[in-house]
Amino acid sequence: MLAVNKVAAGYGGIPALFDATLEVRAGEAVGVIGPNGAGKTTLLRVISKLIEPTSGTLSFEGASLAGVPAHAIVGRGIAHVPENRRLFPRLTSEENLRMGAYIARGTFAQRLEQVYALFPRLKERRAQVAGTLSGGEQQMCAIARALMSGPKLLLLDEPSAGLAPVVVQSIFELVRKICAEGYTVLIVEQNIRQVLKVVNRAYLLDAGRIVRSGSAQELRAAPEIQKAYLGL
Amino acid sequence: MSEIFDIYLLEAVLNGLLLGGLLALLSLGLNLVFGVIDVVWICYAELIMCGMYAVYYLYVQYHWPLVLAMLAAIALVALLGWILHQFVIRPVLNAEPINQLLVTGGVLFFLQAAATLVFGIEFKNLGVTLPSVRLGEMSFSAARLVAFGAALGGVVGLWLFLSRSYLGTAIRAISQDRAIMPLMGVDPGRIFALTSALGGGLAGLASCLLVLQYDIHPSIGLSFGPITFLICVLGGLGNMLGGFIAAFIFAQFIAVGGFFFAVEWGYVIAFIFFIAMMFWRPRGILGK
Amino acid sequence: MNYPLHLAILVLLWGYIYTSWSLMGRLGLVSFGHGAFMGIGAYTVVMLWNHFGLSPWLGAIAAFVFSAVVAIVIGWPCFRFRIVGHYFALVTLALSEVTRLIFIAARDHTGGSLGATPNGALVDGTSASLWALQFSSKLPWLLIVTALWLFGLWVWRQVDRSMGRLALQAISEEEEAAASIGIHVTRAKLRITIISALMTCAGGILYAQYQLYVNPDTVSGIAISLQMVFGVIAGGMFVMLGPTVGAAFTLLLAEGLRLAFGNRYPALDATIYGVMLVLFIIYMPKGILGAALEGWKAARRRKAAPA
Repeated sequence: MLAVNKVAAGYGGIPALFDATLEVRAGEAVGVIGPNGAGKTTLLRVISKLIEPTSGTLSFEGASLAGVPAHAIVGRGIAHVPENRRLFPRLTSEENLRMGAYIARGTFAQRLEQVYALFPRLKERRAQVAGTLSGGEQQMCAIARALMSGPKLLLLDEPSAGLAPVVVQSIFELVRKICAEGYTVLIVEQNIRQVLKVVNRAYLLDAGRIVRSGSAQELRAAPEIQKAYLGL
Repeated sequence: MSEIFDIYLLEAVLNGLLLGGLLALLSLGLNLVFGVIDVVWICYAELIMCGMYAVYYLYVQYHWPLVLAMLAAIALVALLGWILHQFVIRPVLNAEPINQLLVTGGVLFFLQAAATLVFGIEFKNLGVTLPSVRLGEMSFSAARLVAFGAALGGVVGLWLFLSRSYLGTAIRAISQDRAIMPLMGVDPGRIFALTSALGGGLAGLASCLLVLQYDIHPSIGLSFGPITFLICVLGGLGNMLGGFIAAFIFAQFIAVGGFFFAVEWGYVIAFIFFIAMMFWRPRGILGK
Repeated sequence: MNYPLHLAILVLLWGYIYTSWSLMGRLGLVSFGHGAFMGIGAYTVVMLWNHFGLSPWLGAIAAFVFSAVVAIVIGWPCFRFRIVGHYFALVTLALSEVTRLIFIAARDHTGGSLGATPNGALVDGTSASLWALQFSSKLPWLLIVTALWLFGLWVWRQVDRSMGRLALQAISEEEEAAASIGIHVTRAKLRITIISALMTCAGGILYAQYQLYVNPDTVSGIAISLQMVFGVIAGGMFVMLGPTVGAAFTLLLAEGLRLAFGNRYPALDATIYGVMLVLFIIYMPKGILGAALEGWKAARRRKAAPA
């Protein structure tokens, strides 16, 4: 579905990602794990074209993404839940969802119902200004906003960042639910232990390079990951 | 205190209220553009001047019906707003913020000079006099009443647009987080261009109301440009409700100050009040 | 002979005033309020002379005190509360409008928007009065403004030296960083503001005395403040002679077009100037001189290292 081939990218001439090659197949949940500053966020930003790759190719459903501007990516079926959630703080939670459905206005009401079925809490909070939601609710709202466009592939950037441990549990529970709904998910996480429970496969990214890949079980069992990241 | 004195003071206060409506409308477009694009159009009042000339020429020279001439002027200024954004603001959108302010200052020079070149420095008057409305001992200019009504209409219309429509929600969203708008499938460039046209349209509406009350000349922008900026700053740049309140505060200073002293002193007091307020609440009366 | 002299005087005088403005402008303190200081200088001196017979030399002292007070009253809170960028520009804009309106409003003493003329001191065939700062010939004026202009450049250099280039840039670019380097940002900015205000005030005094006429719109208000800002932008804000180049450029553009077309097109120069300003800011933000110097340096580098 998504093919990332030898992609490099950076900010202002400073490279952050080298030769990244990965693949996501339809219906899969794929994780990209790695320490802080490994280039995980950069990888997602390249896929949704918020930054242009300096080399390499991207394709989605067989069509190249070269020359596709950032705002046309959602239309191709890729929705991105950005780092730090980035809700519109002074819009209500429902207005945030409206923005998520900007390219699919016709189906807004119908999608809203689906999303509220998935996140009943957001329905209770629909009129509340997003900036005043709790951290967990904000993360739900951000994910719901991305789902409003009816994506084929969902990019999740550190959904657990900055949340209390109990809330982290429930967010991963939600992610599992979303995967079960049939969405294809590419999730980037530092919380490796949790994310490996949710995804089918994962890539390990370190210092801008993909250093390992494999099924979730394989990676969980790999001694160097156990030692370096799982603290075993 | 004699009764006469009080009734004239009341008249001044009410006239201030009417002026407040007009000033509120003036500040609306500028505030909208700033709130969304983060750019102050220093040439905003000159756009209004263009609209005033448009109404004048279409109505007086080409004998269009007044309403039609006004609608055309609004469309023209909306177009100017769009052009301003596409050709002047867009190239400096990522430059230093102060350059964005300055580049529109260059446009101010240009529009003012071009108007002198094309239209001459003579004062032009629409020749339409609306009757004054008497209320007991007090009298009010009908032009001001119309302006007040239109200003309220403009404010309510804009508010409905921003709070109810999809595009309006996008405009509010982009002012809160510009960088992630592409993730919503929104092309920020398009929203900016649209907002600029909308801001221009509001300037056009203001020009239709000003032309009923004031003579037109190439430097008319300088006489109400500064006060428009100060209203926006006092209300908190980009904060439309704040700008609305600030417009009425300023108008009262001018009207009541002008009642007790000369009109210029009213302005002086209003401007000094502004400077003092900036030190007390640097981000405007409703700013955070 | 008078006409070229007149041009030279105006170029140097405006060059000096623009230089004074740039002392602040190049630190990112874009003031739209320098018309206020120019106006205070011009009006204080002329009013004291006309109403009390006080010599401009003494009047200048009053004008300086007045300008310094205004600069502190506006500058201190601005820097203290970190009012920067747009907000600083617009607060100072209010200041320049306040002074203009006060000159108009006090019409009983100032002549309002018609302006005022200093009482003539050159009676009985005298051609110069140093006491009244009035000269019938242009030569003394050329000497005075040349001296003043050189003084302005000297101040520019002194400011560079005493504060250190790095510190100056630190102030303009990164307030937090500057504070941590150990510069007292508020004080440093205020000092520059006072210097710039006093210099502009002196320019206003001489402008009024040279023209023998003051008018609220030509020595204060938003128009004259913008004129300063844009003259500097045209020339180049960050190089010492940039403001002077800007003054020469704008004046020669206006005069050149006037000679070419006469007075048939009254605002042709300003129209062209407006278009050029927009193009400058978009494509040549360092101004004429700034861009020229950069081009020259690049050319020299190419020569030095032939590839």
